[in-house]
Amino acid sequence: MHGSHATGSPYAPHTEEDRTAMLEAVGADSVEDLFDVPAEVAFDGRFDIDARSERETRRLVRSLLARNDEVTELLGRGHYGYYVPSLVDHLADRSEFLTSYTQYQPEVSQGFLQALFEYQSLLVELTGLPVANCSMYDAATALGEAATLADRIRDTTGHRVLVPELLREERRSTLENYVAGTDLVVESYPVEDGTVDLAGLEAAADEEVVMIYAENPTVRGTIEERLEAVGDLAESNDALFVLGSDPIALSLLERPADVGADVVIGDASVLGLPTSYGMGLGLFATREDYLRQVPGRLVGASEDATDRRAYTLTLQTREQHIRRERATSNICTNQAWVALRTAMHAAVLGPSGMVDLAERDVRRARDLAAQLDEIVGVKAPVHDRHHLREFVARVDQPARAVADDLEKRGFAVHVVGDHEIQVCVAGVPDERLDRFVAALEGVIR
Amino acid sequence: MSDERPDDPQVRYDQARYVENGEYEPLLSEKDLTRVEIGGGEETADGESPLPDDLTRDSLELPELSEPELARHYTRLSQMIYGIDSGPYPLGSCTMKYNPKFTEDVAALPSAAVHPDRSEGSVQGNLELLYRLQDYLGRIGGMDAVTLQPPAGAAGEFVGIRVAAAYHEHNGEGHRDEVIVPESAHGTNFATAALGGYDVVSLPSDDEGRVDLEALEAALSENTAALMLTNPNTLGLFERDITEIAELVHDAGGLLYYDGANLNALLGRARPGDMGFDVMHYNVHKTFATPHGGGGPGAGPVGVVDDLAPFLPAPRVRQREAESAGGEPRYERFEPDHTIGKVHGFYGNWLVLLKAFAYIARLGDEGLADASASAVLNANYLAERIEYDVPYGPFHHEFVASAGEQDAADVAKRMLDYGVHPPTTKWPEIVPEALMTEPTEVESKATLDRLAAAFNAVAGEDDATLEAAPERTTARRIDQTSAARSPRLSWQALADES
Repeated sequence: MHGSHATGSPYAPHTEEDRTAMLEAVGADSVEDLFDVPAEVAFDGRFDIDARSERETRRLVRSLLARNDEVTELLGRGHYGYYVPSLVDHLADRSEFLTSYTQYQPEVSQGFLQALFEYQSLLVELTGLPVANCSMYDAATALGEAATLADRIRDTTGHRVLVPELLREERRSTLENYVAGTDLVVESYPVEDGTVDLAGLEAAADEEVVMIYAENPTVRGTIEERLEAVGDLAESNDALFVLGSDPIALSLLERPADVGADVVIGDASVLGLPTSYGMGLGLFATREDYLRQVPGRLVGASEDATDRRAYTLTLQTREQHIRRERATSNICTNQAWVALRTAMHAAVLGPSGMVDLAERDVRRARDLAAQLDEIVGVKAPVHDRHHLREFVARVDQPARAVADDLEKRGFAVHVVGDHEIQVCVAGVPDERLDRFVAALEGVIR
Repeated sequence: MSDERPDDPQVRYDQARYVENGEYEPLLSEKDLTRVEIGGGEETADGESPLPDDLTRDSLELPELSEPELARHYTRLSQMIYGIDSGPYPLGSCTMKYNPKFTEDVAALPSAAVHPDRSEGSVQGNLELLYRLQDYLGRIGGMDAVTLQPPAGAAGEFVGIRVAAAYHEHNGEGHRDEVIVPESAHGTNFATAALGGYDVVSLPSDDEGRVDLEALEAALSENTAALMLTNPNTLGLFERDITEIAELVHDAGGLLYYDGANLNALLGRARPGDMGFDVMHYNVHKTFATPHGGGGPGAGPVGVVDDLAPFLPAPRVRQREAESAGGEPRYERFEPDHTIGKVHGFYGNWLVLLKAFAYIARLGDEGLADASASAVLNANYLAERIEYDVPYGPFHHEFVASAGEQDAADVAKRMLDYGVHPPTTKWPEIVPEALMTEPTEVESKATLDRLAAAFNAVAGEDDATLEAAPERTTARRIDQTSAARSPRLSWQALADES
């Protein structure tokens, strides 16, 4: 490897001598000769994008991102900024994890396969359901995949998918795109004081329903109290009961298998990823019955030629690269590396750490709501329910104005109604919560 | 290099292998399982459980291990993985390039860690960066408008198909219910079209491995919604008749979709927009060097021509009219007029997009054009050096060799013993015992020689040797049949068994 670096890409190592020798070997005068591109569609290579040194590029990105304001985010509603232990960054960033791809050659990829197997096992414990895939993109797309699963496995002529009226618009819209190619129709059922309105859901449900979706906690942070009844209702209508949650909530709240859930979806990256502008990790777990209808990749245990336990991607005949238009999903590239991070974060916390984290957020949200409730002109929480990590507060003043004013004081909250803000404690240190209370007092006064 | 032998030190390879109690690295659950009881009046460090028992689970049983134990576990696991940084990874169709390290630093900037529900005004940095990336990608693909929301290539395909559906519906052409896909296309094309509710019409190749124009004419009809095409195709061949193909598809009222999996071959040489494509996806984890992470995350932005822009997912990012002369430009999210809505809960795989932006900004015109030049040179040189037959050409960034009388899957297993990752095997099926090989631009001549030596060593070996391979990897040949026949998908399943 002597001689001058001859290429325009800093990551192509060819020297002038190499290039000459290679061209000679292939019998071409120039690299241009190797392109079989008709003149009428050829491009001159001018994108008008300047090349930069590594240092300049880092400076550019840093200067762009410096335009983001530094605020304390009391934000949740499906994306959470928990503290991620250093071990996760340092070990997940090891080259072998980061620079490998899908384990098409399992013999040389045992480490990643085992980590994904452990991730699947974590989800099995959390959900009580025996089959968990090794990732979907995010909660919204996992919900979409759950609906297409319902469409495949239900014998009924029905086509209705029931979702809570409070479902995040983005999740509902994603779901609607996923079912656009089927005859499924997405409909809302009512919510009462922040949780499922069971009478309303009963009235909405009939034998035309193929899937009922509920979330625990809900998007407004409330904890569902009648999930078993929802499960019974789904079962009596031969509908799939799909429950949305996340690994921290699942550490503490009712086990989905115990309330009759057929599928659990959600965002697993509450563990493993810091706030990432909505990037996530789709959790997907289900019953044994639907094993061969599951979307996405599954890691299974087997044996190698020395009879030692070894891991491999399995049941691949469900997947697009083999089954093509009859595959259970079109997913190929998934979120494997995020799943690795989630498994690492869970391992660092251990079961007691996971339960503690969830319990602490219940207490912290409750305490914060009590403090806000003491401010004249604020009622918190709005819903007379238990909450996990976030809650809705009523403000007498217009919520938008309150939020804008809070932002100027360095705090971001959700506006969820004309006079409603939503506040989340996940990942926010206690002393910041104290300062937030003071800031809101200042705004309301 | 002709005198190089497989036993030469430079091609010898032994992967790390930890064995305890006769098994490879134990599962976390075999190191510890601790059951934590919840509720039931149990006192915890902070007092009683904060929720009534009927709202909580009874217990949680998972490994409880110390940080040093975990550091060792994950370090060992990492050592039992082959990645791009371990050696050449010529997995055809996957564009396994080197992932520049600095992009990890960029993605780890604390200022990048913002919540998706932040107000527009307070995340101008994110919005400007995304706006610039939309612009970069538009230029690179020759497209008028770009969405960054799709979180992977297949998700990008899905957006393309949904956009096509919305476009036809808008024009009163909702009856179009067929999508044409070449036989040799990526499996995701078929699966995506089916997910979108379309009937898939499979298109045979001609004798030279390209789109058969007569077959295309026969397949096109008033029911055609789109043709999904990869160019260069999966054999690495440029579809020379692309202008005519585009005309045929457009004359039939269909749209032309570009699968961006092979864009690395054409960077700076040709653009899908100039070839007549209406909609395309970019695989940023391939073309723009973001790490594949053991299967993902990637990102699959979609570019379209002006006519399709109103149908793109919401929101997109645009520059606002200047509020004052000389002031910094401001950016805002907006909803395209006839948007298909959302295909991801938020804005896609932000951290991946950030790395892709940094890669493009680092390379610039010259670097991007050189990526394709060096990738194509590397593929041609490697093909020249190996003894396996390459039936179709002229190819670009990848070629498909035939293992001939050998079983391509066995060839791949044996190549592992020579310290290289093998090509994609047995696909596309148009080449018997296919070895689909894509070295990318990041390999030096010396590495390609070593890679060729691995191919050639295996080419000279007998079936018994191949079937016994691999022998230097962590695990030996794994029994796929048993894995599928009695699925054990969790440590709980393993415990139930024993």
